[in-house]
Amino acid sequence: MTVRVQSGEGAALAHANRLVWGVHLAVAALLLLLQFVLPPFHHGMLARIMVLASYAIGYNLLLGYTGLMSLGHAMFFAAGMYGTGLTVYYLGFGALPAIVTGLLASIAVALVIGWITLRTTGVSFLIVTMMFAQAFFLATLYFNRITGGDQGLVLAGRLPPLHLGPLTLNLAQPGVKYNVALVVFTACVLLGLWLVRSPAGRVLVAIRENEERARLIGYNTFHYKWLTLTISGAVSGLAGSTYTLLFSYLGSSFASILYSIYPLLWTLVGGVGTIIGPLVGATMMTYVVDITSGYTTAYLIVVGAALVILIMRFPQGIMGAVRARWPQWVP
Amino acid sequence: MSARRITRREAMKAAGALVGAGVLTGISGTLPTLAPTAAAQASTPSGKTLRIGFQVHRTGIGAVYGAWYEKTANAAVQYINETGGIAGRPVELVAEDDGTDPKRGVEVVEKLAQQAKVDFIFGTLFSNVVIAAAPRAGELKIPYLVVSEGYHVPSGKMNRYVFQPGITDVHAQVTALVPWIVKNLGKKITMVFPDYAFGYDHRDFGGTTIANVGGKVAALVPIPPTETSFTKYFPQIPRDTDVVYHVMVGPGVLTFVLQMGEYFGARKPKLFGFIDSLEGVDMASPGLDFLEGSHIWEALPRYADGYPTRYETFYRARVGVNASGASQQDPKNVSTYSHMFGVWETLFVIKDVVEQSGYEKPGPEDYRAFIETLERFEWFNEGNRHPQGAKKFVGRLHQAFGQQFISQVQSRRLKVVDRTRIEDGMYKPEGDYTKQPL
Amino acid sequence: MSFTGHLFLGLLEGGVSGLVIALTAMGLSLVFGVMRIVNVAHGEFFMLGAVFAWYFSSLTGSFYPALVAAPISVALVALLADRFILRPIRYAPEPTIVATIGLLYILQQLVLTFYGPYARPVAAPIYFRVDFPWFGYSGYKLVVAALAALLLAALWLVVTRTRLGLYMRATQQDREIAQAFGVPTERVYAAAFALGAVLAAIAGVLIVPVQQAHYLMGLDALLLSFMAVIIGGVGSLTGTLVAALFIGLIDGVMSVFFTPTLAKIVASLLVAFVLVLKPMGLFGEDRL
Repeated sequence: MTVRVQSGEGAALAHANRLVWGVHLAVAALLLLLQFVLPPFHHGMLARIMVLASYAIGYNLLLGYTGLMSLGHAMFFAAGMYGTGLTVYYLGFGALPAIVTGLLASIAVALVIGWITLRTTGVSFLIVTMMFAQAFFLATLYFNRITGGDQGLVLAGRLPPLHLGPLTLNLAQPGVKYNVALVVFTACVLLGLWLVRSPAGRVLVAIRENEERARLIGYNTFHYKWLTLTISGAVSGLAGSTYTLLFSYLGSSFASILYSIYPLLWTLVGGVGTIIGPLVGATMMTYVVDITSGYTTAYLIVVGAALVILIMRFPQGIMGAVRARWPQWVP
Repeated sequence: MSARRITRREAMKAAGALVGAGVLTGISGTLPTLAPTAAAQASTPSGKTLRIGFQVHRTGIGAVYGAWYEKTANAAVQYINETGGIAGRPVELVAEDDGTDPKRGVEVVEKLAQQAKVDFIFGTLFSNVVIAAAPRAGELKIPYLVVSEGYHVPSGKMNRYVFQPGITDVHAQVTALVPWIVKNLGKKITMVFPDYAFGYDHRDFGGTTIANVGGKVAALVPIPPTETSFTKYFPQIPRDTDVVYHVMVGPGVLTFVLQMGEYFGARKPKLFGFIDSLEGVDMASPGLDFLEGSHIWEALPRYADGYPTRYETFYRARVGVNASGASQQDPKNVSTYSHMFGVWETLFVIKDVVEQSGYEKPGPEDYRAFIETLERFEWFNEGNRHPQGAKKFVGRLHQAFGQQFISQVQSRRLKVVDRTRIEDGMYKPEGDYTKQPL
Repeated sequence: MSFTGHLFLGLLEGGVSGLVIALTAMGLSLVFGVMRIVNVAHGEFFMLGAVFAWYFSSLTGSFYPALVAAPISVALVALLADRFILRPIRYAPEPTIVATIGLLYILQQLVLTFYGPYARPVAAPIYFRVDFPWFGYSGYKLVVAALAALLLAALWLVVTRTRLGLYMRATQQDREIAQAFGVPTERVYAAAFALGAVLAAIAGVLIVPVQQAHYLMGLDALLLSFMAVIIGGVGSLTGTLVAALFIGLIDGVMSVFFTPTLAKIVASLLVAFVLVLKPMGLFGEDRL
């Protein structure tokens, strides 16, 4: 699960850099082209998977690059969801300002939660984030007169079309859904890539590998971790915000513990510390459930067995295994 | 009710019978080997199969209901196919599990509409799944007929494609029942309800109705999800409470009743419960003796002597439920009798509407005919197709209204003691879907 | 009801549920301490205990055979899981999380298929109602609490006074050195995993007359015991016990004074802040 920082020099490094960016953009281009060939159902599925994968990318930024395993990311996802959904529902916000309020909400939550929880590490961090997320989840029930509780609220009919220059986009249109999801997903991939390869990203890797030494060198390790958690929370929040806009619904179940476990599972299945891993993990899990439930009513056995076998074959996740076999520029 | 149109489908029935001969051989293999009833002799369905998508809670917290919804749906479809199908066409159920999860619920609606290409989607129960999936059904423009009991449909907050024609909503239930509670049990009422799901419908409409008929809400006790022990909340029930109005959902209900019994002992207030708490639960379970003498709402009496019409008897036998409301094969499996009739009735509503609207295949024109025809319905008559009783249907609300039963726990059984009329449950309508564009 | 009555009820409820949490958590604590793995399926052993209890007691018509048969059955399941899932992945931390999530799905689906979605009750073997001045309380729950306390004491004896306990403590300190000194660490792992599962299963059996057997009851048990293990401090059984009681009491006392959902929020935050202030847990060693 280590991120391999290129050790070559000069031209070789620049070449490797170009390759990495190239490979990631090629994935985005592939997703762009897929929409013209996919049948409607898979078109819709992939749109949703891209949003969920963005969430997992946000999660993976924290896990992959600081080694901190959270079980509370649903609160960031849900903060984005409620920050966007409630302003649309009650204040009549359009999509763009609503995304901004969603992002601000998740950033605010991440800043506060990060400041408190980063005093812990390891399994304590896991539990503390879980407890805060549990409090957040219960709060969405407690304030149900505003949030709609677990029944939730429907945004359909309240969201004005999105005006982008001469374009008028209706988020109910499948094509618009897909491309909004693609834009968000690509933005998250690029942000992740940029962060990892930036000077700050290298410090993060150093902190993950040996926090004491990084501190001795003079880095304020707390601030770096705080920054990462906030970005991780913001990306998760952006995913939540996009989800509520594209699927017109917000509700407590998205703040529940299951939605904290999902991104962890997708990331581990796809490959920790890889940018594309979360996409692979989310796609695989979604489709394993979807396909097996069509064949047997006892499909959870198949899902469970698939997880067990997969992790026996590829302990580093799918992309981790791919990267071990092919050159290092694999995403 | 609108005049019956003669459909192209009917005119072409003879031709369809020939064309469908190939399909027929496949279908007849699945027919049961019972001696045909009088009705079954009518005609054997032929032509292109009508495919009805069934969103079912096979896993997750709604799985008890899901198991019985599925059993009921299969029984109804079998009966429909034995008696000539829908508009002469055989019917096939395309069931898909949604895990009682709002996210998966949306995917299931997409899958049924876009991949399985079903004609309609129906059968969803849990309100969070309904509310999450309804916008998607509206976008995909496919009729979505839920059997959920929630007030979401008549509230006007769903869309033109969402209907609830087979079961009365909670708002109507409490509007009908609360006056009875205040009159017969007492004025000071403490409400214990889940802090999720349809708990809010009970709190809001039960609360206002209590005030309207001269009662008083003594306290509200909302119970969070996954709670497994309730004794610690009972001090919040004021001692001078006349009636504890309790509605619970999920696996904790037996514990709830048991602990209430231990807590209050003999000094208990009167109890009025909603059968939702006890669906799938054997009345003879240990701990339920505390409910002896208390009153419980039922939509359709679990015990066969509660509402012994010949329609009800017929329906009960077809679904495979014994006289005590449990499975005929395994009496340990108690049914969700007060909800699952909605599945049966909704399928017959689909049958009626398809036959009267001339619906043939998915598409804007046929769906328009389907929706407008259904919105013009005013009554569904009691009969084999509507064994719970006649239903008034309000087209602008997309909601059906039926009678309700009040039972008392006597010798560990539910004994019907009163029945409310359809008009007792009518409330001031909020929404009007017929004004929405299609 | 007076303030004293409220407080007494909160403490009583909290104490009883704390002891039951402790029993489940102790199993997880063993597994976590000795094997250093997060077993996400631990709650499912609790659930299996309850389900097997229903099965055996409806088979035999009595609760007591279930008290023995159910934990043994669950131990067998755990041994199989250890042999065919955990050992092949060499107990690596992250793959273990994925694999035990897989195990969780498999166990839940098996129970759903063969036992059904129902919440099924088992009659308590002894039933009486204790009348306090302010309210009545279940006598069986008090018995459960006493039994849980007894079992915890027995566990303490096993860990401190037996060869198995010695092996487990040695493996926990340093697996390689223990192996070098001839401790059969693989068998110790299997034993710890099975013993952990048995503790969870016994908790499930004891609780089933109070809280019915249901195929989804494991998640909550997992979360609560997980909290207890971490807050108590990894590797400290005493810590787990204290933390479990603490969690139970906080929840119980808050519940009688606040509206239910608010009480849960306050209790969650309080527990979180304890861990923020003592990141290594109440009795934690400082090496994790």
